[in-house]
Amino acid sequence: MSGRVLVGVKRVIDYAVKIRVKPDNTGVVTDGVKHSMNPFCEIAVEEAVKLKEKKLIKEVVAVSCGPQQSQETIRTALAMGADRGIHVDVSGKDYENLGPLQVSKILAALAKQEDAQLILLGKQAIDDDCNQTGQMTAALLDWPQGTFASEVSLEGDKINLVREIDGGLEHIKINTPAVITADLRLNTPRYATLPNIMKAKKKKIVTVKPADLGVDVTSRLEVLKVEEPPQRQAGRV
Amino acid sequence: SMLPLMSTPRITTHYTIHPRDKDPRWEGVEMERFADEADVVIVGGGPAGLAAAIRLKQLANKHEKELRVCLVEKAPQIGAHTLSGACLEPSALTELIPDWKERGAPLNTPVTEDVFSILTEKYRIPVPILPGLPMQNHGNYIVRMGNLVRWLGEQAEELGVELYPGYAAAEVLFHEDGSVKGIATNDVGIAKDGSPKDIFERGMELHAKVTLFGEGCHGHLAKQLYNKFNLRENCEPQTYAIGLKELWMIDEKKWRPGRVEHSVGWPLDRNTYGGSFLYHLNEGEPLVALGFVVGLDYTNPYLSPFREFQRWKHHPFVAPTLEGGQRIAYGARALNEGGCQSIPKLTFPGGLLIGCSPGFMNVPKIKGTHTAMKSGMLAAEAIFPKLTAETLDSETAGLHVPEYAENLKNSWVWKELYAVRNIRPSFHNYFGLYGGMIYTGIFYWIFRGKEPWTLKHCGTDANQLKPAKECTPIEYPKPDGKISFDLLSSVALSGTNHEGDQPPHLTLKDDSIPVARNLGIYDGPEQRFCPAGVYEYVPLDTGNGMRLQINAQNCVHCKTCDIKDPSQNINWVVPEGGGGPAYNGM
Repeated sequence: MSGRVLVGVKRVIDYAVKIRVKPDNTGVVTDGVKHSMNPFCEIAVEEAVKLKEKKLIKEVVAVSCGPQQSQETIRTALAMGADRGIHVDVSGKDYENLGPLQVSKILAALAKQEDAQLILLGKQAIDDDCNQTGQMTAALLDWPQGTFASEVSLEGDKINLVREIDGGLEHIKINTPAVITADLRLNTPRYATLPNIMKAKKKKIVTVKPADLGVDVTSRLEVLKVEEPPQRQAGRV
Repeated sequence: SMLPLMSTPRITTHYTIHPRDKDPRWEGVEMERFADEADVVIVGGGPAGLAAAIRLKQLANKHEKELRVCLVEKAPQIGAHTLSGACLEPSALTELIPDWKERGAPLNTPVTEDVFSILTEKYRIPVPILPGLPMQNHGNYIVRMGNLVRWLGEQAEELGVELYPGYAAAEVLFHEDGSVKGIATNDVGIAKDGSPKDIFERGMELHAKVTLFGEGCHGHLAKQLYNKFNLRENCEPQTYAIGLKELWMIDEKKWRPGRVEHSVGWPLDRNTYGGSFLYHLNEGEPLVALGFVVGLDYTNPYLSPFREFQRWKHHPFVAPTLEGGQRIAYGARALNEGGCQSIPKLTFPGGLLIGCSPGFMNVPKIKGTHTAMKSGMLAAEAIFPKLTAETLDSETAGLHVPEYAENLKNSWVWKELYAVRNIRPSFHNYFGLYGGMIYTGIFYWIFRGKEPWTLKHCGTDANQLKPAKECTPIEYPKPDGKISFDLLSSVALSGTNHEGDQPPHLTLKDDSIPVARNLGIYDGPEQRFCPAGVYEYVPLDTGNGMRLQINAQNCVHCKTCDIKDPSQNINWVVPEGGGGPAYNGM
């Protein structure tokens, strides 16, 4: 199998930062807060780059949906070895309401546009913990899905996958094209080193709008309120 | 009695202490580095470094010259390691970017009220701020320095400066003639035990005709440069303080935008230099920046700057502002207090020192950002003609620019620092704080620093600690969880983190000294002066004796340990870039 791999990368608040709820309870404070690439997306990028290094695929395209700053996240993916990037520009209220359903519609549209053979995603994002985008994208495309992957190997036009499930490890074989979501033990992502960051500045990032892909990002969900978890009470023995 | 055989468990694994060329685990590992060339490399993306970068590009554009300026910064984003009060004097900013207001610089809070107090345990003695005294703030702005630095970064990028946050300068590179050739960024992928991981990669070399070092207070590369080029032979040792800071969202009824409060006195005794600040910001929400500074020349090893800060907040003059409010950020950083007596030689072949690294803070004003920025601008203005001259006028491969130091001596920076040079050292008298205030009130207010003598400091801060047996432990109150807090929950609010599997960057020259000397003689003062809980003495597994545990992941890069360690055994080196605090507008 040779061809194009789409890798989704999400810009999220860094996992070590203490989250603060906005005083108006509409969401969390993001302005000026340290953000980084979702750790599971890093693993997905690493897997895609490894496949290219093994010459099993030809091109890695990094995709991110979000405001201007999402381009920094794509740049990191490019520094890790992705070939080019697509920034789907979603900002303001649309970005606050952006969820797995809209993102999966965007990814499905891009997969068709780019004639992708494989979509690699992180299993979930650490901000919303949804764990839905990969599954929804596969359903929209009517492609097989290999989620929670801890081992991926290509065999002709099929993929051997080991999945981490509650009961242990599940071995499956799926056809391509397919959607794979990465779990923690799939690999250890490489660093985006400075020379690669410099080279990545020369790689192309194209910006598109969801409407260009025929996707309506209006949310079907309305967030009523965001609040801090209740204070932990002392235990009683 | 028989002394039990003590074997010190290995603490330090960093290659700066255990070189890799003699380490069998590193045999055959490719150590070649990728190198790139720039005209100027700047270490540190703070006010000084960014001001220098901006000024260089302004000059290049004005004279239609091409100049490649690369800036490396260890923080994950520009501004994330910036921590300051702060009341900014906008003089240098206006010189650098006259239309800063139209460009949206985050100077949103002009100072409207300025209050100075001497605190006693229960009361407050107001001190009038007479016009002409350095602590007067008319015309200044309360700023969130991290946001100003971020804005300066945006201005720099617009001008074409190449900014590389997330990459730390780990090593200075030298030409064969001994002049500075540039820097190398940190290696990545070294395991905690010092061995190479599968993802090991060498850092990159950035070569430049001239390198500016703007690492902030007590930079680790500057420390090496002082030794290499003997830059400190004609100046006094630098003296420092530690500043701890919190941001609070307070009850709107208590909010007085533009109000500046400073205090001295309680909870410190008259012989321990320090004081507090509390600033009411005006950026659309009831946010106050407050904090506490303690001079690192303190003598009692039982003193904990963090706990002094926490208990100060309970003072009847301070607590009401915070009651009903919520703490949203915490951090700490060392600051320099030596003034012009402690400024080293500023230039050497191939490099210059700018900003708080050599140290231009005006101590009684508690301001160092305007002078840091001006030093960066002066450096750029001195370098530019030499860089773009037809023939490279230099004896050494790395450009030597002594004009920078001369120009700084003739600028308002030097004039300002010279005028206040005697205020901080005047504190070293029997009456301590009160003697210092009397000196300031009489000599500074009348003579404005024109008195013909220059007072000296007392030597290095590290040498000031008295042995524990000569001192009394301090009874600190327990934190109440509403106004005052414990150390670990505070550290969590700094957002600090580091890749866990890397050698601790708090390196010890000798692993056995902490227990033998620091604990033995001084009762382990690093447990108390570290504002992030990095150092802990814990019992050995065998049960007889203690060992030092270094929780490197907590480090907030304040540099206090490197400064105050009485054994001068701790050498802070830079961890993998991108680690450290995640300050937001601090």
